[in-house]
Amino acid sequence: MTSPLEQKKIKIAGPSIVTANRTWDGIVVYRTAAKSWSADLSEAAIVRNSDEAKALLAESVADDVGAIGPYIAPVQVGADGKIEPGNLREQIRRTGVTIGQSAQV
Amino acid sequence: MYAYDEIDRTLVNERVSEFRDQVKRRLSGELTEDEFKILRLQNGVYLQLHAYMFRVAIPYGTLATNQLRALAHVARKYDRGYGHFTTRQNIQFNWIKLAELPDALEDLAKVGIHAMQTSGNNMRNVTSDQWAGVAPGEIEDPRIWSELIRQHTTLHPEFSFLPRKFKIAITASDHDRAAIKIHDIGLRLIKNEKGETGFEVLVGGGLGRTPFIAKTIKHFVHGRDILSYIEAILRVYNQYGRRDNIYKARIKILVHELGIEKFSREVEEEWQHIRNSSLQIDDEVIEDIRSRFTYPAYEKLPHMPDELRQAAADPDFEAWRKNSVAPHKNQGYSIVTISLKPIGAPPGDATAEQMDALADLADKYSFGEIRVGHEQNLALPHVAKRDLPALWKALDKLGLATPNVNLITDIIACPGLDYCSLANARSIPIAQELTRRFANHELANLIGRLHINISGCINACGHHHVGHIGILGVEKNGEEVYQITIGGRADENAALGNLIGPGVKFDEVADVVEDIVEAYLALRERPEELFMDTVKRLGVEPFKERVYATR
Repeated sequence: MTSPLEQKKIKIAGPSIVTANRTWDGIVVYRTAAKSWSADLSEAAIVRNSDEAKALLAESVADDVGAIGPYIAPVQVGADGKIEPGNLREQIRRTGVTIGQSAQV
Repeated sequence: MYAYDEIDRTLVNERVSEFRDQVKRRLSGELTEDEFKILRLQNGVYLQLHAYMFRVAIPYGTLATNQLRALAHVARKYDRGYGHFTTRQNIQFNWIKLAELPDALEDLAKVGIHAMQTSGNNMRNVTSDQWAGVAPGEIEDPRIWSELIRQHTTLHPEFSFLPRKFKIAITASDHDRAAIKIHDIGLRLIKNEKGETGFEVLVGGGLGRTPFIAKTIKHFVHGRDILSYIEAILRVYNQYGRRDNIYKARIKILVHELGIEKFSREVEEEWQHIRNSSLQIDDEVIEDIRSRFTYPAYEKLPHMPDELRQAAADPDFEAWRKNSVAPHKNQGYSIVTISLKPIGAPPGDATAEQMDALADLADKYSFGEIRVGHEQNLALPHVAKRDLPALWKALDKLGLATPNVNLITDIIACPGLDYCSLANARSIPIAQELTRRFANHELANLIGRLHINISGCINACGHHHVGHIGILGVEKNGEEVYQITIGGRADENAALGNLIGPGVKFDEVADVVEDIVEAYLALRERPEELFMDTVKRLGVEPFKERVYATR
């Protein structure tokens, strides 16, 4: 779960997506193939090599009004095409805090 | 309570208008995120995992009931119904929308609350003892000096772009509840032989990646010179502090690299240039600030009222009283700590309903005043002893009477990977599990005073270095791993803990802590020997052996 803030080089080891937070309200969003943002991970554009990742990230960074802090994150893609977060950090961003109680209010 | 004047109100209101305009320009695309980021940070707005996080300052930990109600209102109207009290007398809201932030700030400004300098490379919220003004034996109320420094450093142009953030804490009691030795500047209020107020000044404390305990730079600085002396320190830091490497930018690194002697010579030289300037504080200035603090009209009350004598027969009340109620400087009154550490709950969280209800109780029982401590608990500073039983019953109904203050379940924890974009591992679930393991009050009481601190990354917002037991979450090969230290403390004898051995997995942390506690119970010479004393007497080895013998 190395913080993406420490992401210095773009090097991906498997299927990845670009994620960010929507500017006006901060919610978690994913870059889509339609050059837009979606709150639904299943709509995220998948990249599979560094060049694709760089291009998707560059396009995401350019959409500064739509979302902020974009970075590349790993995902797992099932045989049925279903996309799941590739690490705990992204799992928490997708499904919420793991602590119950007041945090789930 | 401190009454703000027209200048304060104007400043806060102007800031809200300014930020409203900045947000509008950001949302329209007129400002890029790069341009806007520094502006939002100067108003306490971070971007975290799930959303923006909004940090609001509670200067020197003092809140009026209308202010607590305003925080409850923000939690309810703009967030998800709760707030999180931090280790530096701030409150954080985790789900705020950028578009609504100006409205939230405007609502807070109506009661004199703001978020200025709760983030960014400037002077952060000046913190103090949450028992300031009511602690027995206190030399004088340190909040008067905290307020002086707050006024001087708020939006100070010379110190708005420091190499890195800068934190000051002040105490005026022998027992340090403000953790001054882990601050950039720590001030210990003392009197000289003439009875004049001044400060022992400590510098270069801090945790994070490179922890240091602060060193004394000057044994006595007269009160009238304290602003010029702080300014001299800041000028030396501003000039020589590193801006090329964020990990080496705090003043603690500069003090360490120069050495305290050389650093103090630099400060002394600078100080001589400015000490006899307008920075010298007239007595009238201090008296004016002092006059703006109001103190309750205490009654003359018995030391042991009938209500308290009768309630003592209830073991549940007594369990709470022993851990939550502390002596007050005035006979017949007590300081009551409100635990925000219910078993199984995130440390430091309070719901809007709890905040509103607590404000009502503070109006009824504590002259309308609430305090916030760095341990992520609240306090009612002026409770008549006769009211303690009724207060306890009311707190219990709100889930705010957990009798665990200073016990093993009174855990300090940062938000960790559940919220924080910097975190590598979760903190809160570790705290929750530990509170369940030690939920039995008799067991927790048998163990006695024991502070656990948990951080989800090396930035150490949970102050793990100074926990009696410190837990640091790191990431190793994609997994959460936790390093355990023992022997740290944040009080007047502040010390950094020592690592007991290799890190352990998420699921093993509570077991390891149980092992450490079992070792302590077996090793202590008598029940009164606290965990810290046993560690001091025996060192890390026996605990290490106990933990790793079977792992």
